[in-house]
Amino acid sequence: MNKAATPKQLGRLAAGGLVDRGQPLSFSFDGRSLEGYAGDTLASALVANQVRLVGRSFKYHRPRGLLSAGGEEPNALVELRGGARREPNTRATVAELFDGLEAVSQNRWPSLRFDVLAANRLLGPLFAAGFYYKTFMWPAAFWEKVYEPLIRRAAGLGRIATGPDPDTYEKAFAFCDVLVVGSGPAGLMAALSAARAGARVLLAEDDFRFGGRLLAERRPVGDRPGHVWADEVVAELKSMPNVRLLRRTCVFASYDHGVFAAVERVNDHLATPPEFEPRQRLWRIVSRRAVVAAGAIERPLLFGDNDRPGVMLAGAARAYANRYAALAGRRVVVSTDNDDAWTTAFDLAAAGATIAAVVDSRESPPVSAGAGLPWMSGAVVRALGGRSLEAVDVRTAQGGAHRIDCDLLAMSGGWTPTLHLTSHQGARPRWDERLAAFVADQLPSGMAVAGAANGERSTAEALAAGARAGMAAVEAVGLRARAADLPSVPPEPTAQRALWRMSGSAGKSFVDFQNDVTTSDIELAEREGYRSPEHMKRYTTLGMATDQGKTAGVNGLALLAERAGQPIGRIGTTTFRAPFAPVAIGALAGPHCGAEFKPVRLPAAHRWAVEQGAVLVETGAWLRAAYFPRSGEKDWLEAMTREVTTTRSAVGVCDVSTLGKIDLQGGDAAEFLERLYVNGWKTLAIGRARYGLMLREDGIVMDDGTVSRLGEQRYLVTTTTANAGSVFQHMQFCHQVLWPELDVQFVSVSDQWAQFSIAGPRARDLLRAVVDSRHDLSSEAFPYMAAADVRLADGTRARLFRISFSGEFAYELAVPAAAGERTVRWLMQAGAALGVAAYGLEALGTMRIEKGHVAGNELNGQTTAYDLGLGRMLSASKDFIGAVMARRGALTDPGRPRLVGLAPVDRAARIGAGAHFVAAGASPTAANDQGFMTSAAFSPTLGHWIGLGLLAGGPERLGEQVLAVDLLRARSTLVEVRAPVFVDPAGDRLRV
Amino acid sequence: MRIPCPHCGPRGHEEFAYHGDAAPIRPDPAAAEAERAFGEYVYLRDNPAGLHRELWYHALGCLTWLIVERDTRTHAIRGVAEARANHAQGQAAQ
Ligand SMILES: [Zn+2]
Repeated sequence: MNKAATPKQLGRLAAGGLVDRGQPLSFSFDGRSLEGYAGDTLASALVANQVRLVGRSFKYHRPRGLLSAGGEEPNALVELRGGARREPNTRATVAELFDGLEAVSQNRWPSLRFDVLAANRLLGPLFAAGFYYKTFMWPAAFWEKVYEPLIRRAAGLGRIATGPDPDTYEKAFAFCDVLVVGSGPAGLMAALSAARAGARVLLAEDDFRFGGRLLAERRPVGDRPGHVWADEVVAELKSMPNVRLLRRTCVFASYDHGVFAAVERVNDHLATPPEFEPRQRLWRIVSRRAVVAAGAIERPLLFGDNDRPGVMLAGAARAYANRYAALAGRRVVVSTDNDDAWTTAFDLAAAGATIAAVVDSRESPPVSAGAGLPWMSGAVVRALGGRSLEAVDVRTAQGGAHRIDCDLLAMSGGWTPTLHLTSHQGARPRWDERLAAFVADQLPSGMAVAGAANGERSTAEALAAGARAGMAAVEAVGLRARAADLPSVPPEPTAQRALWRMSGSAGKSFVDFQNDVTTSDIELAEREGYRSPEHMKRYTTLGMATDQGKTAGVNGLALLAERAGQPIGRIGTTTFRAPFAPVAIGALAGPHCGAEFKPVRLPAAHRWAVEQGAVLVETGAWLRAAYFPRSGEKDWLEAMTREVTTTRSAVGVCDVSTLGKIDLQGGDAAEFLERLYVNGWKTLAIGRARYGLMLREDGIVMDDGTVSRLGEQRYLVTTTTANAGSVFQHMQFCHQVLWPELDVQFVSVSDQWAQFSIAGPRARDLLRAVVDSRHDLSSEAFPYMAAADVRLADGTRARLFRISFSGEFAYELAVPAAAGERTVRWLMQAGAALGVAAYGLEALGTMRIEKGHVAGNELNGQTTAYDLGLGRMLSASKDFIGAVMARRGALTDPGRPRLVGLAPVDRAARIGAGAHFVAAGASPTAANDQGFMTSAAFSPTLGHWIGLGLLAGGPERLGEQVLAVDLLRARSTLVEVRAPVFVDPAGDRLRV
Repeated sequence: MRIPCPHCGPRGHEEFAYHGDAAPIRPDPAAAEAERAFGEYVYLRDNPAGLHRELWYHALGCLTWLIVERDTRTHAIRGVAEARANHAQGQAAQ
């Protein structure tokens, strides 16, 4: 940027304000180089540079200027920054100015000044209330081709960045006795009272500077400027170890039991965050008490063309002048229905502006006002001008009409307490006629509201209310509070008589500026029957823009009430929902993106698998080896085929550490197993393992696995990988809730043990190389389904099980997790001479399908033991979980889909899981559905594809042919129904 | 929501797993109408607007099954006890 070409800040006052004239900052707006000061927001810097046109409206592309000076801003939405940091829909009023800030206006084409689509004004009727529902109902084809493209071009907000966000975000937790939301007079007094009593206080302020409304007022507090008093209180709070102050922090949601969510804009005020610092931080705040001192939001007045740039809320015009030393206009009309806006008139006059008139809708001005200012009783009925305000038309109470030239209209329709946080849990606020505002009624437990947020509008009232709330909060947490000295404040009038709307207005009167909802839209909605606030909101879209109708809501309800001839209090409000202000998805995600989206569990021998070139696959939270490709192998199928063939002909090693493992002990351990599993355990001898099947109480299969008896009162329970957590929880339920009288204890040892399957005809030869030679591994000494504690040759303690999932002669060897990696390396080294191969999940899955073992695909939450051919395991002589319900007729109906094996009639054909079965020649409809293929694999042992599936009446249909229809893969294959065990059905290999 | 675990103190609800109504008691499988009784035990639950005794499992804490008395309208928690202690009382009452 060329500093010499930067224009002077023509709207900036020579003195005063809380900006640092010693720190000029360069920035650009729509490519134009401008200058502001440290302490400015983008909005105040635009005011200081007399930039009035800041955006175009959503539907009608009307020129818009700043309406407010705070987070409620509906008009001044801009894109900040560029590239991957481009951030759309940012409110210029809360964007802190920094050197080099680039801001671009939105929703205009080709430029802000000349907007082609401003012609939308002519299409007005198209965009009336309910246009979404009416205009686009018919014909349907028009929606895609005509309406949607038109609306997309016409009604748009900013453009999102398309590159990945280069910044980081983090999450933090805070615990406190008293959370204070807002640091205006009420919030500061609440924090001070609580902190002095020794409570742990957290004070959160949305702004970058503490002080709230005190920063925007000239009224002295304790005989000094309000911001000086605020600085002194903040300095005292900062000096106390029991206080945490968070500025740039928006508390955006309130949850049950004193939990709040807040977002801290840690580095939004810098072009890029410093190294190792997050851009934003999401806080979860747990508080024992909370004081909501979030202030109030001013309401616009409703009159014709009230959206012209130069029409601004009175409190905002005052804030720009007092806090930022920026004059929003030189010749000012103030229009109000209350006392507060008179302060704006006095303050702007003191700043050098000409007050052309104060137009008060009441008969007389406040007692203390009037002196020296021209005023009239009446109301503004229309704003005149195009891209900038030029004059207003006023109708007086006596019926007179005046046109007054002005470049700023400061309007006030009263103040709406910011009580969102009090209502996020569902409480409805109450209408207060005297205040002409909704105030909190039933508060969530532990919460108090103070200051303008509670309708306590004068500074003195706010200070006193804050002190009271702070003291009540500390007393509620068991501390003693002493009354704080309240600083003296000059009296200020705060009366109001709500005007709501001036009749006889011409032109569009905007209620919701951001969504372009006018008074006539609300009237139309009411006429068409949308009379509840929720209906009116959705029909007109009032309050549904990014500002959530902060300046629009109460005006809309008042109009609805007026049309319906009912008091506002009876009309009620729409529901307040979090978040109070827009929150970036990045902040909500925090660090949990990409690879850190969720935790990853790695088996103990993970590093070894990676070194072997394993292709990894996610299974639940685990990262496991799918297969171990060797050079020359062109795909997974080739690698898997070699791994299966090697295992079935020599020996293979597979990491099965992910199985759930539960160490169960106690005098009633066997009885506990009796009740958990369908089959019996009392006869299981020490040193033996047994397959077990577990049901849910509704009779459906929950899980399966083996249980080994390691001692008189000690068992090792294994579960499937997927159900490790849920089975453990289920066991805790059974023990603690159902049968606490049983003497059992158990603990998960899944992570403590690494476990390897060693399968194949040479498995024993391999084990002999690593197991201490004292152990006799012969089938006589250590037969099929044996289990024992052993030592390895290097002294490592281990557990050996002669169990098999692959159907081969096999063992599983468990070692402490720390010994896992070295043990698998040893096994592979020792097995080299035997031709050992590591095998992964693909080979594991293939071999279990060849053997007809059920797994997760079959234990799918719908199958019974009977469906899976395991019905005979159900003991009839004992009670167990699911026993009674599993006997239900419908669950034992032979016609149910039941487990079968499947092979393509054309042996060269491929089949896949998910295919549905229909009779050969039948059409693939739901009515003809006879079940589906649950698992499929290419069988290297048989040389063709095989599958398992659930087929209606399946076991009685062996030898039949059915059509497997795979609509997803556009494939229909004739398959033969077989018994589910394809390899070694007699189990001879297991017992060698 | 915060649940005051008798072992761990007040903890965020995300540490707990919800299991619903604590009222149903597992029926006697040997009783005459066991299938009907189990049907109700497995499937039938009241859904009161108000105080509700319900089972929560402190999955990311002490692994205790708790009975939490919660007002379903306000989430106000009136009491928390170990399910095993409650069971002893329930058995005594039967
Ligand atoms: Zn606990």
